[in-house]
Amino acid sequence: MSRMARREARHGLLFILPWIIGFLAFTAIPLVATFAFTFLNISLSESEPLRFVGLENYRRLLGDGQAWASLLVTARFALLWLPVVVVLPFLLAVAINSRNVRGGGLLRVLLFMPYVVPFVAGALIWQNMLVEDGWINSALRRIGVAHPPSWLNDPTWVIPGLVLIGLWGLGSGIIINLAGLRAVPTHLYDAARLDGAGWWRRLRHVTIPMMSPVLFYTMILAVVDVMQYFLVPLVLFDGSGDPGGATRFFNLYLYQTFFTFQEMSYGSTLAWLLFVITLIVTLVLFRLSRHWVHYTSER
Amino acid sequence: MTAAPAATVRERAGATPPAPARPRRGRAALYWIAKHAIAIALAIMFLGPLVFIALTAVMSDQQALTSRLWPDAWNWSNFAEIFEKTPLLTWIGNTIMYSVLATVFMLLSSIPVAYALARFRFRGRRLAFLLVITTMMLPPQVVAVPVYLVWARFHLTGTLWPLIIPMLLGDAFSIFLLRQFLVTIPREYSDAARVDGCGEFRTLVRVILPMAKPAIAAVALFQFFYCWNDYYGPLLYAGTDLDNWTLSLGLAAFRSVHRVQWNLTMAATVLAMAPVIVIFFFAQKVFIEGVKLTGVK
Repeated sequence: MSRMARREARHGLLFILPWIIGFLAFTAIPLVATFAFTFLNISLSESEPLRFVGLENYRRLLGDGQAWASLLVTARFALLWLPVVVVLPFLLAVAINSRNVRGGGLLRVLLFMPYVVPFVAGALIWQNMLVEDGWINSALRRIGVAHPPSWLNDPTWVIPGLVLIGLWGLGSGIIINLAGLRAVPTHLYDAARLDGAGWWRRLRHVTIPMMSPVLFYTMILAVVDVMQYFLVPLVLFDGSGDPGGATRFFNLYLYQTFFTFQEMSYGSTLAWLLFVITLIVTLVLFRLSRHWVHYTSER
Repeated sequence: MTAAPAATVRERAGATPPAPARPRRGRAALYWIAKHAIAIALAIMFLGPLVFIALTAVMSDQQALTSRLWPDAWNWSNFAEIFEKTPLLTWIGNTIMYSVLATVFMLLSSIPVAYALARFRFRGRRLAFLLVITTMMLPPQVVAVPVYLVWARFHLTGTLWPLIIPMLLGDAFSIFLLRQFLVTIPREYSDAARVDGCGEFRTLVRVILPMAKPAIAAVALFQFFYCWNDYYGPLLYAGTDLDNWTLSLGLAAFRSVHRVQWNLTMAATVLAMAPVIVIFFFAQKVFIEGVKLTGVK
């Protein structure tokens, strides 16, 4: 190694040192600690002496109906939300990317508004729009729906209601997709057109393959986000899980185990379950991505 | 796809017996609306709620519970009432402190890390970058408890410091974003500075930083808005003392207490949003460039 290279390596390590310390202090060590907690009986509410309890927390988890019911709530939301959050921004971006749509700049600003609106404010606004006689239902009645759903009070409609609220946050996804679409070389479209490819085949054989890295990126982020979803229901229903437990998301249950019941060890067990599920799902997605994600500039 | 439909419309218009000019213009307007339907729908969807809160904020409390949309009377006093009922100025002050300090700390700590990951060749660089990405995707709940217990040991729970101090040690998302931008700056610039005898740190400050201004501005804005709107962090750490609360916490609590007074809740919402919306309008270009950066592979 030359002197120059050694100097460079030394500076590199020096520059990233603060982050390494931060990573150890706030990520790596706590992650291990959380895992260690799952074998102990830490609980701030009862002052039992600290001891090793073996697999006791895991046994409790297996028999904890609420934990699995909550996981099901999260899964139900994810099944409805993930297709929406990945596909809709893409389709909307394709629609407004067309050259003869004007006012793109202004629209982009509007798409971003929700991002700067405090999330609590956004939740409250939508709650007001979704109530029995809110704007959404007035609009539905006007177009002929005689009995629009009672979005936030009906256990079957509250999940679609939360998806509706989530639509407000699609702006950044649309912008990312728009940027991706602009990067698709136009000569590919010209070539496809020369070959007589219609609108659908250009989308299917040019746009989607070229956009696959962007779609994959939004999908991974969406999966990570959806596993952590609980703040909107927490604000809307004060953490009660109303209506009828339909919004007691896994993370809400986890949060309450930690901070309401102060059961640190059992909460850690729940957190690890969440972590392992997230990890497995993302790994499966990465594995599957080999079959459909195309990187053009492989280096 | 672009020009063809327009041509057909014109042809059809020409083929029909000479029609008076007005309907044709009406048809063009209809066509324009059809073409922009999705854009218009999106605009309504994203703007509607904002109009809704702004209007509700100035209604009387009885009217806020009805479905009449236009305020019967403009109750500007609603805003004054918020200041009487809540320590709003304290909350704004806390939110500003949290957002500004966290952003400044994040920039100070993350820029050198991102630069090293983008430019320096050393063993373990790929691993370090992989760890940055992993940290970004890690559910915060998995590390929340041990970290919380440590802050409690230092008697810092009940304040916002546990959210601010870690920013001195870098933020994974910002590092990732900055690194993505910094790798696009040609190596020749830093090499030239080095040949001129410029130290690594001076190269970063004098040569690289001026070139990376757009990315730095974007990352700073992201962090600022994130902190301004953060609910989860203050919920964990700010505790029960109202004097340590941020706007988000205050707003959620205000809703719980003044449940029936939608007009006041919405007035508080308007006050909480106003500063960031103003900043956003001045900085929206930087911001949108930043989001595009996140999508770059």
